[in-house]
Amino acid sequence: MKILVPVKRVVDYNVKVRVKPDNSGVDLANVKMSMNPFCEIAVEEALRLQAKHAPTEVVAVSCGVSQCQETIRAALALGADRGILVETEAELQPLAVAKLLKAVASNEQPDLIILGKQAIDDDANQTGQMLAALLGWSQATFASKVEVKGSTVEVTREVDGGLETVEIKLPAIITTDLRLNEPRYATLPNIMKAKKKPLDTLKPEALGVDVTPRLKTLSVNEPAKRAAGVKVADVAALLDKLRNEAKVI
Amino acid sequence: MSILLIADHDNTKLAAATLNTLAAATQIGGEVHVLVAGAQCQSVAQAASQLPGVSKVLHADAAHLGQFGPENLCATVMTVAGNYTHILASATSVGKSVAPRIAALLDVAQVSEITAVKSANTFVRPIYAGNAFATVQSNDAKIVITVRATGFDAAPASGGTAVIESLAAAPDTGLSQVVRQELSKSERPDLTAAKIIVSGGRGLGDGDKYRAVLTPLADKLGAAMGASRAAVDAGFVPNDYQVGQTGKIVAPELYIAVGISGAIQHLAGMKDSKVIVAINKDPDAPIFSVADYGLVADLFVAVPELAAAL
Ligand SMILES: Cc1cc2nc3c(=O)[nH]c(=O)nc-3n(C[C@H](O)[C@H](O)[C@H](O)COP(=O)(O)OP(=O)(O)OC[C@H]3O[C@@H](n4cnc5c(N)ncnc54)[C@H](O)[C@@H]3O)c2cc1C
Ligand SMILES: Nc1ncnc2c1ncn2[C@@H]1O[C@H](COP(=O)(O)O)[C@@H](O)[C@H]1O
Repeated sequence: MKILVPVKRVVDYNVKVRVKPDNSGVDLANVKMSMNPFCEIAVEEALRLQAKHAPTEVVAVSCGVSQCQETIRAALALGADRGILVETEAELQPLAVAKLLKAVASNEQPDLIILGKQAIDDDANQTGQMLAALLGWSQATFASKVEVKGSTVEVTREVDGGLETVEIKLPAIITTDLRLNEPRYATLPNIMKAKKKPLDTLKPEALGVDVTPRLKTLSVNEPAKRAAGVKVADVAALLDKLRNEAKVI
Repeated sequence: MSILLIADHDNTKLAAATLNTLAAATQIGGEVHVLVAGAQCQSVAQAASQLPGVSKVLHADAAHLGQFGPENLCATVMTVAGNYTHILASATSVGKSVAPRIAALLDVAQVSEITAVKSANTFVRPIYAGNAFATVQSNDAKIVITVRATGFDAAPASGGTAVIESLAAAPDTGLSQVVRQELSKSERPDLTAAKIIVSGGRGLGDGDKYRAVLTPLADKLGAAMGASRAAVDAGFVPNDYQVGQTGKIVAPELYIAVGISGAIQHLAGMKDSKVIVAINKDPDAPIFSVADYGLVADLFVAVPELAAAL
């Protein structure tokens, strides 16, 4: 079995981003970048499946600027076997990423592609579903449990009403939710080993994909600020405020 | 302009979020058709035909549409997609799963989780866990959109007289099927539709304490119950309780955060609530930065006292 894991380089989840004064975007200068947390969960799941279903190859793919190599190396340090960078300076939107990944998938012929459910920068929640449609594959989004059973996979999904378990045919797309697993940490020896693992670089042109953005960002703004609140002394004061000031109870 | 709105439902009734999505559709303007795809879902098609501003309901009924699998739902949408300039779905687990498939097959961008309509092709949507809002314009021939319910006041549910037309379901793709569901049963209001939410975090300690401390307060207030990711991860409550960037987005009249620190990912899901109350023993907890009323106290003392005083 071969598993492809697309990993995205994003602003670290601990960083509170700021909007640029000219409202053209958020300020990313000198901001810590990391692997999207949902992608870490995807890598971890691929590695766990590899342990159960050997021989399996786990290939990490990232699309974007050359620094995405660091994100791929991070996946290799966790245990992925090799990496593919689709390198471009262009702004990449989910449809373009899905097309690039489709092209990579047709070269690699994986049985399973595990993505994050959402990138925590664009909060799009699109790429996996788009890729599934472009490939004509089944999909299971928001996975909290994955079990490969021969030619099908049983995936438990976190849905609005609780949990839903679906059986999907391979090849398939899975997107990860938070509770699928707890990703491991890379050990120092594995970080060293990762430096020697193969990492190929491709260009969108070579894959025949036009990545021109479809959505134009006209402006980026701060969210509306909430008016400063007050601290109340005790439960009685809180009740008084809720009843007589806010009038919500 | 012509809009196709994909109704969210459970084969019996329309989901509340559909009314918010309809409000967004109305703001975009033009003719609105509603697709009700499911199995034995006549009652939903009936309900959809009452929605004001909707001129036609497309009712696709087939066993293989009954579980809202994105592969089959998308295939049926694609049979009529050519007739529309906009395709809208609610940002629910069904909508989020199917809409990008449709966009990809149409070779157009999707605009996710819009919170405002600026014009027929320009929308506002949150990015970076709601720490910024982007105004984006699509110049594609068609626009696929998911709508964040909290961005739009619900449209009325009755007063309209749309015709119901039946639509043939696309053949079963056979790609996936639902084998099991474990849905939370609750007498309480739905989290995303509740007027009041009592929400608990890691500070509650465990699931038994979460229930013992918060249930009496929620009962008194007729509130829905929510939780932080930490509380869900630790197994206090099921996953569908999670509020936040990657959980449910809520905006009730009153949100009471108990033993929740207020990480940005949590705030992303609740900071549009009208009134926020925080009860936390740490006076520096970030939750106080968004709280209208903050009470620095031991929750195990303050919450029972509050419930008793109501
Ligand atoms: C990719 C990603 C997505 C995420 N998505 C979400 C999401 O959707 N929703 C979400 O909530 N989180 C999300 N998180 C997690 C988030 O970063 C925080 O870890 C989480 O919200 C913390 O939960 P908490 O406030 O319950 O726990 P803690 O941060 O541990 O806070 C517990 C609080 O309880 C207080 N407390 C303890 N005992 C008492 C007492 N006796 N009386 C009063 N107060 C007490 C403490 O002072 C503390 O402030 C996400 C994280 C990542 C990386
Ligand atoms: N530039 C990218 N390179 C690699 N994978 C990506 C990229 N963008 C998105 N993805 C994958 O798609 C998932 C969802 O992203 P999004 O649809 O942007 O929210 C991510 O968690 C990644 O697995």
